[in-house]
Amino acid sequence: MRGKGRLKKVSESEVCGDLLEGRKKYDQAVAKGLSRHPEMKEVFTTGGGIPLERLYTPVDIEGLDYCEDLGFPGSYPYTRGVQPTMYRGRFWTMRQYAGFATAAESNARYRYLLEQGQTGLSVAFDLPTQIGYDSDHPMARGEVGKVGVAIDSLADMETLFREIPLAKVSTSMTINAPAAVLMAMYIAVGEKQGVPASELSGTIQNDILKEYIARGTYIFPPKPSMRLITDIFGFCSDNVPKWNTISISGYHIREAGSTASQEVAFTLADGMAYVQAAVAAGLDPDVFGQRLSFFFNAHNDFLEEVAKFRAARRLWARLMKERAGVTEPKALMLRFHTQTAGSTLTAQQPENNIVRVAIQALASVMGGTQSLHTNSFDEALALPTEKSVGIALKTQQIIACESGATSTVDPLAGSYAVEALTNEIERQALEYIDKIEEMGGMLSAIERGYPQQQIQDAAYQYQRSVESGERVVVGVNKYQVDEEGGARELLRVDPSVGEDQVKALKVMKQGRDNVLVGNRLEAVRTAARDEGVNLMPAIIDAVKAYATEGEICGVLREEFGEYRENIVL
Amino acid sequence: MKGRKIRVIVAKPGLDGHDRGAKVVARALRDAGMEVIYTGLRQTPESIVETAIQEDADAIGVSILSGAHEHYFREIIRLLKEKNAEDIILFGGGVIPEGDIPGLTGMGVGAVFGPGTPTSTCIEWLESKVREKRAAES
Repeated sequence: MRGKGRLKKVSESEVCGDLLEGRKKYDQAVAKGLSRHPEMKEVFTTGGGIPLERLYTPVDIEGLDYCEDLGFPGSYPYTRGVQPTMYRGRFWTMRQYAGFATAAESNARYRYLLEQGQTGLSVAFDLPTQIGYDSDHPMARGEVGKVGVAIDSLADMETLFREIPLAKVSTSMTINAPAAVLMAMYIAVGEKQGVPASELSGTIQNDILKEYIARGTYIFPPKPSMRLITDIFGFCSDNVPKWNTISISGYHIREAGSTASQEVAFTLADGMAYVQAAVAAGLDPDVFGQRLSFFFNAHNDFLEEVAKFRAARRLWARLMKERAGVTEPKALMLRFHTQTAGSTLTAQQPENNIVRVAIQALASVMGGTQSLHTNSFDEALALPTEKSVGIALKTQQIIACESGATSTVDPLAGSYAVEALTNEIERQALEYIDKIEEMGGMLSAIERGYPQQQIQDAAYQYQRSVESGERVVVGVNKYQVDEEGGARELLRVDPSVGEDQVKALKVMKQGRDNVLVGNRLEAVRTAARDEGVNLMPAIIDAVKAYATEGEICGVLREEFGEYRENIVL
Repeated sequence: MKGRKIRVIVAKPGLDGHDRGAKVVARALRDAGMEVIYTGLRQTPESIVETAIQEDADAIGVSILSGAHEHYFREIIRLLKEKNAEDIILFGGGVIPEGDIPGLTGMGVGAVFGPGTPTSTCIEWLESKVREKRAAES
C-alpha cells in the first residue's frame, strides 16, 4: 500500500481517460501545425542536456508517490524543504562573499554590508592564505590581498573582526586545506571578545575533495587531509556544537563546467566519502551528520536548477538513511548555501548580468536555499565595487520582500515539468554515485581522474555549443552591441598592500615570544605524527602564541607531504 | 600551414586554481592540430619559461584569473629576455580588466583574450603569428 498520498493513477480513472484522449488530440493538432509552424529546434534540452518534452502532464510523473517522494517540508525525504514554514518564518541568510586587501579594509567592507542589512558574513581569503603560505613566501608574490584578505596570524584575524560581535554574527569562511588553522584563529578571536567556542556559529568550507576535483587550493595528500577534516568534526562536535564543520561544495564543480546532475552527483559522492572517513575514525553519523552543510551553484536554466536543489535534498536524505544508517532527522537534512554562477557572467554588456543573477537567485529561493550569495555584475571584469555589491544584495531583498515567491513553501512542487526533472536529476546523479562506489569511492575515482574528465568533457562541450551558436549567450554570440571599453569603475587592490602586509608580518614576528612559538609548533608536529591524537588543540595553542598560518602549515607540510595534481586533459 | 606542427605551452602560473579556461583552450588548440603541453597548476615563471625552451615551443599561453597578471607577465617576459628566448610568442587570458591590456601588450604580451572570446579567434591569431614568425626566421 503506497498510501493515500498517491497521485491518482492516470490510466485507471475517468479523468485520465479524458487525459489520454486529450493528449492524443493535442499531439495530432501539434503534428498538423508543425509542418506550417515548425518549432525552433528539433530537440529541446536543459542546460545540462536533459531532453525536455514539449508538454508535461500527470502521465510524466505517474509513479510519483506524494508521501514517499515529496513528503512535507521539514520531514523526510525533505524534497519540499528542511523547515516546516521555510521563508514564512525567516528569510534565508543573505551572505555576500567578500574580502580583499588587508584585514582592515575587509573589516570596513563587512561593516558596510552589515549596515546594508546583510545578515551573515562570508570571508574570502587570498590565495596564499588558502594554500598555507605567509605573505612573505616567494609563492605569494603578486597574490597578496588579491582574491581575498591576507591573513598571516591571529593579529590579522583580530583586525578582520574588530567591532563585529561574533556572538551575534554567523561567519562563513571559504577555507579548505588550512581550515583547521583559520578555525583555530576564529575560536581565539571569539575568546578575546569574551565569546566561548560553544556560542560561535558559522561555517568553514573544509572540503578538500572538490579542491582535488575542481578548485585547486589543496596542500596535503588525501589521507592526512581527510584526517584533518575528521579531527575538525570530532573537535567541533564536543566544543563548537553550533558550527557547520564542512560545506560540501558543488559550486566549484559546476563552475569548472559540470552539468547540474554531475554537480549533485559529485558533491553527494564527496559527502559520502566524508561520512565514511568520519565513521572509520569512530565518529557517530547521527551526531556529526547534523553539522554537515552543502554549497551549490545556481545557473540560468531556471527549471533545471529548481529541480536540482530538490533532487539533491531528497537523494542526500535517502543516502544517509539507507547507506549510512542515519536515523536522526537533522542528520538527514541537506542544508545548503547557494551562490549564483560566476561562470555565466559575461564581460560583454556586463549590466545584463544583473538580470542573470536575479534569475539564478530566484531559482535558489524556489529550490529552498538556507543562505545565498548573489554575484555582482562586474565580476567577469574584476573584483566587485561597493556599488555593484550593493545591487547584488538588493536583488536578494527584492526577491524576499517584493516577488511574493517566499509566501508559500516550495511553490513549484507538483509542477509536472519540475517533478519530472527532479526525478531525472536524482536518477542521473545516483547512477554516477553508484559508478563512483564501484570504483572504490571518491578518492580512487579522483586518482583515476574520473570526475575531472567528466567535468572537462562537459566544459568543452559547452564551449563548442556556444561557438557553434547552438547555445545562445546574449551579448556574446547573439545580440552583440559595440561597446566602449576601459572606462568602467573597477575595484583595484593597491599594489602596496603586499608590501605593507609583509612589513606588518615582520613587526609582529619581532614582538611575539619566539621561544613559545617554537615550542607550540613542535607540539603541532608531535600531534601530527600520532594519528590517534586530535590536531585541533595543538593548533589552537599555536595560533594563540601568534604562530603564523605559514609556520603551522609548514610543519604539517614537512610531516604530511604535498599533493601533486593528477593532470587530466 | 607548412612545416612542423605549432607547439604551444598552456600555463597556469601562481596559486590560482581556475583551470577551466586553460583546459578548454588547450583542448581547442589540440583539436586545431597543434601540439599542446599543459603545465598544470602552481607553476612559477621560471618553470614555465624553462618548459617552453626545453620543448622548443612556438608560444606560451598564460591563464590568470586571480588579478596577479601584471606580476606574472612581467616575470615571464623578463626571463624570456634573460634566456634569449624572446622569439617565443606570449599570449594570455582570464579575468583581466580591459584597462590593463595596453600595459600588458606594451610590455610584450602578444594578445590578451578575455572572457567570451571564441577559441577560434585565439587559434586564428596564433596561427598567423607563428606563420609570421617562421617567415621571418627562414
